Amino acid sequence: MGRITLDKVRKAFGDVEVIPPLDLRIEDGEFVVFVGPSGCGKSTLLRLIAGLEDVSGGEIRIDGTDATNLSPAKRRLAMVFQSYALYPHMSVRKNIAFPLKMAGLDKAEIDKRVEGAAKVLNLDSYLDRRPGQLSGGQRQRVAIGRAIVREPSAFLFDEPLSNLDAALRVGMRLEISELHKRLATTMIYVTHDQVEAMTMADKIVVLQAGHIEQVGSPLELYRTPRNKFVAGFIGSPRMNLIEGPEAAKHDAHTIGIRPEHLMVTPEGGTWTGKIGVSEHLGSDTFFHVTVPGFAEPLTVRAGGEVDLHYDDEIHLTPDPAQIHRFDAEGLRLA
Amino acid sequence: MARAVTTQRKIAFTALAWIIGLAIFFPILWTILTSFKTEATAIADPPVFFNFDWTLENYTVVQERSDYMRYLWNSVVLAVGSTIFGIIIAVPAAWSMAFVPGKRTKDVLMWMLSTKMLPAVGVLYPIRLILIELGILDSKGALIFILMMINLPIIIWMLYTYFREIPGEILEAARMDGATLKDEILYVLTPMAIPGIASTVLLNIILAWNEAFWTLTLTTVDAAPLTAFIASYSSPEGLFYAKLSAASTMAIAPILILGWFSQKQLVRGLTFGAVK
Amino acid sequence: MATQHSRSAARLMMSPAVFLLLVWMLVPLIMTLWFSTLDYRPMRGTFDCCEGLGNYSRFVTSSAFLDSIVATLQLVGGVLVITVVGGVLLAILLDQPIWGQGVVRILVIAPFFVMPTVSALVWKNMFMNPVNGLFAHLFKGLGLQPVDWLSQYPMFSIILIVSWQWLPFATLILLTAIQSLDSEQLEAAEMDGAGPLSRFGHIILPHLARSITVVVLIQTIFLLSIFAEIYVTTSGAFGTRTLTYLVYQRVIESQNVGLGSAGGIIAVILANIVALVLMRVVGKNLDA
Repeated sequence: MGRITLDKVRKAFGDVEVIPPLDLRIEDGEFVVFVGPSGCGKSTLLRLIAGLEDVSGGEIRIDGTDATNLSPAKRRLAMVFQSYALYPHMSVRKNIAFPLKMAGLDKAEIDKRVEGAAKVLNLDSYLDRRPGQLSGGQRQRVAIGRAIVREPSAFLFDEPLSNLDAALRVGMRLEISELHKRLATTMIYVTHDQVEAMTMADKIVVLQAGHIEQVGSPLELYRTPRNKFVAGFIGSPRMNLIEGPEAAKHDAHTIGIRPEHLMVTPEGGTWTGKIGVSEHLGSDTFFHVTVPGFAEPLTVRAGGEVDLHYDDEIHLTPDPAQIHRFDAEGLRLA
Repeated sequence: MARAVTTQRKIAFTALAWIIGLAIFFPILWTILTSFKTEATAIADPPVFFNFDWTLENYTVVQERSDYMRYLWNSVVLAVGSTIFGIIIAVPAAWSMAFVPGKRTKDVLMWMLSTKMLPAVGVLYPIRLILIELGILDSKGALIFILMMINLPIIIWMLYTYFREIPGEILEAARMDGATLKDEILYVLTPMAIPGIASTVLLNIILAWNEAFWTLTLTTVDAAPLTAFIASYSSPEGLFYAKLSAASTMAIAPILILGWFSQKQLVRGLTFGAVK
Repeated sequence: MATQHSRSAARLMMSPAVFLLLVWMLVPLIMTLWFSTLDYRPMRGTFDCCEGLGNYSRFVTSSAFLDSIVATLQLVGGVLVITVVGGVLLAILLDQPIWGQGVVRILVIAPFFVMPTVSALVWKNMFMNPVNGLFAHLFKGLGLQPVDWLSQYPMFSIILIVSWQWLPFATLILLTAIQSLDSEQLEAAEMDGAGPLSRFGHIILPHLARSITVVVLIQTIFLLSIFAEIYVTTSGAFGTRTLTYLVYQRVIESQNVGLGSAGGIIAVILANIVALVLMRVVGKNLDA
């Protein structure tokens, strides 16, 4: 249980419309990621679903019933905040037990569920500590624990990993994904990091300025971005977008080619340029190549051990099957 | 600052700080010392500092003459009473301003503070009349209300600055966890704000304890606190230094001790959010 | 973070405080306003209507009024200058590494806890008395003529007493502020070649600006209504009659409620002007 439907939901702060009317269906058990640059309205959208903000119009249905005007407490949703929002004056045990206490469960049941959650999240030995005595990753787990004990119909995550360091982030990403597999509960996850979106989501919702740009599975978005914005946003490093005569050759206003779809050849090639900065990651090397006539340098992925250096000449050939074509409005051309 | 400091420099600063500190404290020290002297030693020239026959006589005389305990009790009732009621009214108001700020929140807060700037004399007479009409002049209840009102803006402001430091996400988390507004304030906000509330309470007790306009003009006997007790020594008994000192010591000792014990909390509260 | 629900809850929870303060402000103010237009002298049984603005013109044109404004400005200004300047210096001193800092802090904070009536009485009798006061002993010991402080330098004496009470407050706030200053900033300035004086002027003082405004605001609020210190020491004689005290005398001592109320209203208006100016400054500074 955890089907969430947004029907013409809009939000305005005063005269400023941050989210124009928007429709979205989230199926039971789905892992949905809202992704977009900061200020795109993704957190606001999440808070509308949570009930922490009022909608200015439209309807939110949770499991078929109208929840538009329900208080957050009554929506049976659990949320994990960016700052974890743990209660600093309560022990880990009390933090996790708090929603159950509010729900009026009896003590034995609360204890049972808290112990259960603690075991799942490896928090057994920290139950009597205060949040202040825990590391970032442990705090994150407590916040998740507090969310899962309620057995909510959906989990909401608001950029939960952005306060963790890079190594921990990868670990927690896996843990959350595993948790989703085990619980099979709907999860809505907000992030600005497209890597998190790609790796975790069943369904990605790309937002810009309150608009939904595209909804789809990670690979759909990667293969067939509906417009230039999605094309540039999904995939790392970002897609190269080329305008002008080169694009005209393909009957398009703009063409896009991902760094991994450019072939490096010693000679010939469609384009010839000079290598600027190169980034060696070991497994891959990314070259930033200045091609005469192109407004911006191209990013190219090459193998890990290519012997090319600054100012060397490089020849590039795009994989013709992987060229994305966009019209003057930035929309994908079939 | 993490750096080596020469011992000489430290000695010089220590000496200077102690001299100034003692000079500032001296009037209080002198009052306490004098309270243990006889009247003759009290005005001796040259003054005697420690080398005199210590006596408790002044304290007995003062207690007999003016029933210190009754004034003390009144002071406690007024200070504690006005603080409790003030906190009860101020916590919800400060919650509203800190966590649901609107366009006019700042204006409301400033307006509240400005009521504190209204000269009390401007409204003394009407308030006296109202109290007389209601038959509650010189009653503790009326004084508790008035002291609460004059300090309410300060209490709200202090609590507001404390509450603002509490991240809103934690309260939202409580809301998501199914807490009602009452639960949210009782189980989450208040426990988190305990240090802030404590220092607000302390400051308010001190302000109420030392308030000397309304307590002097609106009380005669029944509700008179220590400010009135000490004012009765202004003349001509003021010339009896030892007794004046004993009475003064008795009037300030409770709050001085309370203040010293709680100075850490107090200092933080006093900054009114000016220091982050 | 606001929903309709929380906004209406907020309004509900604000209302007791707002309502009480509104009543507390308006009811007596309106009564005072009304009295100020009457010839109201309870001792003589006069309660006549319709003085119009007569009380106001009488209050404003009396020489006492201007004197009281001057006295008020002297008192508030004098105390503010002494406490702010003294507070900054003392705070810097206490911020240095010294032995027994905690004890010195306790000594310095103590006067803040002393009730105004007590401090006024103690200073008046035991220090400033021309015969038996400690200052008199001291002067005689030095072979000087003892001074009758409260009649020869009355305003100075009261400023001294009040400053003694408020110096701790200023010092503590400013000390906390200085301690919150990021030492890296000072070290960076030192690396940039700033000497102690320019470090003070360019880094410490601007850092203290916010705290100084708070000190000024809070102290002004309390200093404008200084009463007990004057009541106990000079009873408003010798040019120490502040506006507050003048109104008190008119209303309570000479029982001329009409005239006094007019004075009260004028005091309220002036205080509001001061408040407005301060709020502008402080409100801006508090946002930062």
